[in-house]
Amino acid sequence: MSKPRDPLPEGSAQSAPPRPVCPRVTARSMYKLHRLLQPGAGFRRLAGWLEDRPWARAVFTAAEKEVKQGLFGCRMCGQCALPVTGYACPMTCPKQLRNGPCGGVGADGSCEVYPARQCVWVRAVERAAREGRSEDLLLLQRPIDHRRWEQSSWLSYWQGRDEHLWTGDDGLAAPVPLHVLDGSAGK
Amino acid sequence: MSRSADTIGAGRENRTAAPSGAFRSALASGTFTVTAEIGPPRGADAEVIREKVIPLRGWVAAVNITDNQSAVVRLSSWAGSLVAQAAGVEPIMQLTCRDRNRIALQSELLSASAMGIPNILVMTGDHPRFGDHADAKPVFDLDSVQLLWVARTMRDEGRLLSGRVLGRPPSWFLGAVENPSAPPVAFRAARLGKKVAAGAQFVQTQYVFDVDVFAAWMQRVRDLGLHERCHILAGVGPIMSVRALTHLQHHVPGVHIPSDTVRRLLAVPTTRTADEGIRVCVETIARIREIPGIAGVHVMAVGNERRIPEILRLAGMRQAPPPAGQAVGTPAGARQRGAGRAD
Repeated sequence: MSKPRDPLPEGSAQSAPPRPVCPRVTARSMYKLHRLLQPGAGFRRLAGWLEDRPWARAVFTAAEKEVKQGLFGCRMCGQCALPVTGYACPMTCPKQLRNGPCGGVGADGSCEVYPARQCVWVRAVERAAREGRSEDLLLLQRPIDHRRWEQSSWLSYWQGRDEHLWTGDDGLAAPVPLHVLDGSAGK
Repeated sequence: MSRSADTIGAGRENRTAAPSGAFRSALASGTFTVTAEIGPPRGADAEVIREKVIPLRGWVAAVNITDNQSAVVRLSSWAGSLVAQAAGVEPIMQLTCRDRNRIALQSELLSASAMGIPNILVMTGDHPRFGDHADAKPVFDLDSVQLLWVARTMRDEGRLLSGRVLGRPPSWFLGAVENPSAPPVAFRAARLGKKVAAGAQFVQTQYVFDVDVFAAWMQRVRDLGLHERCHILAGVGPIMSVRALTHLQHHVPGVHIPSDTVRRLLAVPTTRTADEGIRVCVETIARIREIPGIAGVHVMAVGNERRIPEILRLAGMRQAPPPAGQAVGTPAGARQRGAGRAD
């Protein structure tokens, strides 16, 4: 039995299984854009205004989905890791691994499940390294909240709800806290 | 938990005892430590596991019991672990993220500790696409780093992922896996670093066939100081037939066999492939043993477990005597325990 080749058609975010996607934009341009979108009073007010109006929120979320799906193959997990994965989406990995590649990557860098495609983490490592952002990939990504699928991660980002998605390892000096609820734990 | 590199390989013996925690103690003592891998049967027969485990008594510090490896349905790793333990060999229960969500994973971890399974090896798991139920729903609710993190938090902080406090916290020795030869190769040592940060205390690697690639990975591991925070066991295994060679080359994700090894195995008549495969494995163990920072080897010979003692003997290891006062007498066990010979 040889490795299967993409037998399934492209589908909408959650109807089709995840498959590695090659981002359509450079990481550099996204890092630049990201700097313009840093959370601040203005964006927080905008996010609050949108979240108070279901229709506005729905339109905004649909627009976010459209843009991110086109550029990154976004699946709308609602907890965007792109800024620290070289703008290659880890949720397009068939195993949805957020902390790095699995051990099954082919010698040519191909995905073990979809050998015709490059492993999204191989791409992430290359893209991050090219922009001097390799350190980002060392961050520990906490488990995601599955209730937030199909929600806007831009709004969450501006509202400060995504601050604990990932954390550093403190140079291995102390155990990294998993929980962020009780006080000093998160970073 | 830290060891200096100069203690490695100091003892030439493979120390083994059945009481729980032997694997951890062997690693802590700095002895070159051996583990092996057992695949549970596709069937409701515990005897198959006993038959595979008993000949390994005294030869290995612990045996891995795989968790539906290659995404093929088999007897479960916790049940297999209990059988191995009863047969006198300490188990390392493998736990993958493929089939269970965070609720089931944490429940499994608690159960393992309650039943006295001392070691857990956490891994992502092969995608169902390669298994006997390619139509299954892949779960992957947590990844291996996150599961290690959750397990470590359960044990050390007595809390679930939800934050809820556990009654009696579990206790296990936590392990991870890594594949030093899979792309992105430059990131592989850093990925182990993430696992160590999350809670890994030992790591067993995918098959090492290319020792140079492995040594380069170990260099990066030492540069990061990870060998002092995590015991590193290199995965090895004999290629026993041309068919096995082809299978490993083309159907096991992430395994890379250097072309000179392939040529060497193909150069001998097929009747001698097994012997040559064992020779290659023994030489690989010898070369790995010289690499600073190595804690031991993990022997994977699924389907050929019976030949593991022979490989270890050829590699210069000895069978440990049975622990005093331990009643593990079965005819098969008695036959095996007699050996204990040195080279």
